[in-house]
Amino acid sequence: MKIKLFEEDYEKIIAFAKRELPNEACGLIAGTEIFKDGKLIERDIRRVYFLTNEDHSPEHFSMDPQEQLKAVKDMRAGGLKMLGNWHSHPETPSRPSQEDIRLSFDINATYMILSLQDKDSPVLKAFHTDKKNDCYSAEDLEIIR
Amino acid sequence: MKIIVGGEKKEVKDGITVWELIEQEKVETPEYVSVSINEEFEKSQNLKTRKLEEGDVVEFLYFMGGGQ
Repeated sequence: MKIKLFEEDYEKIIAFAKRELPNEACGLIAGTEIFKDGKLIERDIRRVYFLTNEDHSPEHFSMDPQEQLKAVKDMRAGGLKMLGNWHSHPETPSRPSQEDIRLSFDINATYMILSLQDKDSPVLKAFHTDKKNDCYSAEDLEIIR
Repeated sequence: MKIIVGGEKKEVKDGITVWELIEQEKVETPEYVSVSINEEFEKSQNLKTRKLEEGDVVEFLYFMGGGQ
């Protein structure tokens, strides 16, 4: 599946995640979906949310439910759908960790991970996780310039 | 009675508990879901006894977390 993200939002994610270092940063993504022959083929991210990492940790993140609720209401008011979430990996590559997979309860969500392992060359990728089979697959993330 | 669940109007039986609603809505892994009723989060230990009322606004929010 293709995931489209505006460059402006991409840059905001990187800037926010760098500000939160050494801790992990996190947030939500919302937008619209395109179906073809009943199959979901594309997700267009229209709004990115920046939430508090309640763990305040370089190795873990938990989103604040109150902030989640506020974001969900904003999405609904804007006619947008919750598409998934994003978080940063300050010191490891952009791929779901075992903990990321174990805690990916929303089976329909897109999970974006920003690696800041190389602070000068951040890497953002999108994934779909399969918690039941303990695996993940990469989605086709396109930055719209 | 009518309540709102996830932004959608729903007709449910009078006095339905939050837990019954979770089952009715087929919420997966409910142990990792926070429930907000009229913007107040309900404690997980109260879900089986907390009864909903006409016009209540309910949201189910999945725990979102992870680690590198």
